[in-house]
Amino acid sequence: MEIVLSIGIGLFTASGVWLLLRPRTYQVIIGLALLSYAVNLFIFAMAGGGLRVDAPPILAPGGVGDPTAIADPIPQALVLTAIVIGFAMTALFLVVLLAARGRTGTDHVDGREPDR
Amino acid sequence: MPHDTLLLVALLLPFLGSLAAGFLPTHARNAAAVLAGSVAVAGMAITIWLYAMVAEGTPVQFWLSWLPMLGLDFTLRLDGLAWLFAMMIFGIGALVVLYARYYMSPEDPVPRFFSFLLAFMGSMIGIVLSGNLIQLVFFWELTSLFSFLLIGYWHHSASARDGARMALTVTGTGGLCLLVGVLLVGRIVGSYDIDQVLESRDLIVQSDLYVPALVLILLGAFTKSAQFPFHFWLPHAMAAPTPVSAYLHSATMVKAGIFLLMRLWPVMSGTDAWFYLVVPAGLVTLLLGAFIAIFQQDLKGLLAYSTISHLGLITLLLGLGSPLAAVAAIFHTLNHAIFKASLFMAAGIIDHETGTRDLRKLSGLYRYMPFTATLAMVAAAAMAGVPLLNGFISKEMFFAEAVADHTGSLLDDSLPYWATLAGVFSVTYSLRFILGVFFGPPPIDLPHRPHEPAHWMRFPIELLVLICLLIGIVPGLTVGPVLATAVNGLLDTTPPYYSLSLWHGFNLPLMMSLIAMAGGVVLYLGLRRYLESGIEGPPILRDFKGQRIFEKVLATLSWQWARAGESALGTRRLQPQMRIVISLAVVAALAPFLANGAVGTGDMPGTPLPPAFALLWLIGGACALGAAYQAKYHRFAALVLVGGAGLVTCLTFVWLSAPDLAVTQLLVEIVTTVLLLLGLRWLPKRIEEVYPTRPPLKVLLRRYVDITIACALGGVMAFLAYCLMTRPLTSSVSRFFVERAYSEGGGTNIINVILVDFRGFDTMGEIVVLCLAALTVFALLRRFRPAPESIRTPEQQRIQNAYDEASPDRSPGDTVADYMLIPRLIMHWLFPVIAVMAVYLFMRGHDLPGGGFAAGITLSIAFVVQYMASGARWVEDHLRVLPLRWMGLGLLTSCATGVGSWWFGYPFLTSHFQYVEVPFIGKMPAASALLFDLGVFALVVGATVLILIALAHQSLRSSRAAQVNEGGE
Repeated sequence: MEIVLSIGIGLFTASGVWLLLRPRTYQVIIGLALLSYAVNLFIFAMAGGGLRVDAPPILAPGGVGDPTAIADPIPQALVLTAIVIGFAMTALFLVVLLAARGRTGTDHVDGREPDR
Repeated sequence: MPHDTLLLVALLLPFLGSLAAGFLPTHARNAAAVLAGSVAVAGMAITIWLYAMVAEGTPVQFWLSWLPMLGLDFTLRLDGLAWLFAMMIFGIGALVVLYARYYMSPEDPVPRFFSFLLAFMGSMIGIVLSGNLIQLVFFWELTSLFSFLLIGYWHHSASARDGARMALTVTGTGGLCLLVGVLLVGRIVGSYDIDQVLESRDLIVQSDLYVPALVLILLGAFTKSAQFPFHFWLPHAMAAPTPVSAYLHSATMVKAGIFLLMRLWPVMSGTDAWFYLVVPAGLVTLLLGAFIAIFQQDLKGLLAYSTISHLGLITLLLGLGSPLAAVAAIFHTLNHAIFKASLFMAAGIIDHETGTRDLRKLSGLYRYMPFTATLAMVAAAAMAGVPLLNGFISKEMFFAEAVADHTGSLLDDSLPYWATLAGVFSVTYSLRFILGVFFGPPPIDLPHRPHEPAHWMRFPIELLVLICLLIGIVPGLTVGPVLATAVNGLLDTTPPYYSLSLWHGFNLPLMMSLIAMAGGVVLYLGLRRYLESGIEGPPILRDFKGQRIFEKVLATLSWQWARAGESALGTRRLQPQMRIVISLAVVAALAPFLANGAVGTGDMPGTPLPPAFALLWLIGGACALGAAYQAKYHRFAALVLVGGAGLVTCLTFVWLSAPDLAVTQLLVEIVTTVLLLLGLRWLPKRIEEVYPTRPPLKVLLRRYVDITIACALGGVMAFLAYCLMTRPLTSSVSRFFVERAYSEGGGTNIINVILVDFRGFDTMGEIVVLCLAALTVFALLRRFRPAPESIRTPEQQRIQNAYDEASPDRSPGDTVADYMLIPRLIMHWLFPVIAVMAVYLFMRGHDLPGGGFAAGITLSIAFVVQYMASGARWVEDHLRVLPLRWMGLGLLTSCATGVGSWWFGYPFLTSHFQYVEVPFIGKMPAASALLFDLGVFALVVGATVLILIALAHQSLRSSRAAQVNEGGE
């Protein structure tokens, strides 16, 4: 599983970075979305104790948790925050790119068409 | 009220007054003046009230624990020295307020002026009352800031702006030096407390850091007190309204530097380093200032340079290092404040009543304003050091100190001559002030016909001149006790013997005074012809302008070098910058491996791979690659593919035991997709075939480079991820959370407990970010102007509307309504279902996957679905959606929950929990964290809905605009 997940993360990253380097704002926003998936998964995969199947970090009521029996909660808490912030960032960026497009008349990241 | 609290009141009063004045209506000149005057008088009353205690020799102290972990306390401390300065600040402040009431024009926004003035007054009081050095520096910087605002008060004039900026740059830079110097002193002594610092003279003087600390502190003091070579800002600050000059350059701003020198005098003076740094600076400033003052054509310019010269005199006295000289310095500080304030005010009256300050135009004013003229002449005589006036006594003390032996060096031996020369200069410029303005032929072509000012405008000068006379004639009775108290505050040893009487017999200082008087008159007569020629500035020195050097340095630093740096290193194009950033990230990630040798993968046993998981990621990878490939020409396809990649991520979370993440990811995925869909229509059409044939080589090359970078970073990430996943994490704080989630957080869902309880403060920051992002989106869209070609209604809608309009029994929009009939019904009915789902997710959040975030997004989806089904107009007719209220309430709720724990004596955001029995639902966790989560929930709903609705409304707005346009054509 680890090898598949890491290749997946790599693919997401590569696609995201490629799009990030493109000249059109929409490409960049899609690239950021892909890159944030990759980074979220990367952080998530850093859990102590490795990948766990069927061991969600939810305790039985009344008990004291056993850290070895369940998935590491910290990366999950971090990623949960990151997902929400990622949404805010996407929204903000989308609006900025729309405003820039309205103002400059182009959707190029530099605000003007390159000289060809 | 206890004495120490009174100190705090004296410090806070001006700031509160400043705030209050700021809220007055723009032209409430009288109200603002009364407010400012009452503050100053109240401050003075408190200061006088405290005199009895201070005179006993024990400083009044106020103490408040501030940053105990750094050993910093907020302390106020009023000893004799601080008392004298506080008295000057409040007393002259009160007079300046009275004067300004008449000086300022009713057209100016006078409350703002008084607001700045009071804030400045408070900052000065802060400096003199500070009981620790860091606090002193803090108020020091505040004075720089507020003096900037005061000097630039007439911000429509370029010279005021330049003068203000120069003053701020110079004194602000000095303030930074002072901060470092003070930190060094704190390091030497081990404390910033002034009492402790004052006890550690040996420690400081013998330390290796003494000289650096001294130099830095002197830089601070010299820039503030306009000592050579930093004196050039002061004359430019004359662009300020005259009351500001009268205040800043007599009793306050420039005296802050002097105060600092005095404050640290007991522990830092008396060494060779001190002598050779302070005395030359003071001496050069004294002579240069006095010399340049003679040649000024601007009345305020003359006073400004004379101020510089007097500050030099005080600095020089402090530099000498003998207690007697320090006494003279304090005394002269007081005297200078009194006569210089009155002179500035007189200059302001002349300017006010004649319309000019130019000495070439002014003359013979005595016959028009005899009373003001007499007052100004007395004050100028005090400045020149004429007997029977206060300036005489302190000048005699200065001459006596100049004659006395200190180090026996050449500098020391020549001091009497320099002192006499400075005396000569000061007599000359005082004469010039008096004779040039008040005597001679009647003035011609003045802007106004001169006359006496309003009586109350002159009153402050009358009072100050009276004090000049009283101190000058009966010093022992008037200023004696106060001076003794101040000296007691300054010196740690028994004060030296000094006599404040007018007559000490025929001695050397008296001879020097006489020579200075005679020399001054002779010099004035000699220079008369030159001065009348109307040339601005002294011979030779005229060409050296501190301002020009300053501007040159600034231009070089902030313009030329910056531009050179930018053109050498920068680009305005985003893509090359991104390439550099990403390449650096690759290098930074690989560097540790290259440095420490390759680290292989770990040896943890791998998790068995189910084929479905591999298939899932096959799809995921294809989605990502497809999105990357299609994002340019097929935006919609790319959006769908990104959604696919998101779903794969979501399923991975489910698979790998992260139900909370999966829920949130899925919901955010929905919202993001809707958001991007809304944005799609505003983007330009792009049809493939930008390059009909093969793309040019440059473009191909760029693409290959980018693919290489992308693959490199992807490879690095994959490799790192694999390495991390195959090795155990040695230690982590997870154990803490897992073990205490239930016992201390009262929830079984560890993720939720971490978010709303253990790390509640982080979550709070996060929702604030979300809130800000939503507000920014909202604000940006209010001014949104779409590109012209996107304004028209989309084609499909146009066709539908045309069809509706063509048939008589249909109205526009009916076709869409028909199409959407069944989906709309379903979607309407979905609203309560989704809402209940949101509540459910919220309620179970503490124990099972869910929580405020997920619930908030769910509810916002319920809203968005309504918008999609029936259009914005219908929804807003039937449903009041007030996203800003939701956000505000959410933020307030979470803050209130956090603050609520203070009520019970716990730190911010401490949570409390218990289980309660709820009818029909059963046992439910009722932690205060739930309330916090409720805030999160409300804010997320508000923010998400606000973003989506703001974007959706653009279509409405611009279609209205398009209709207007089409109708007009």
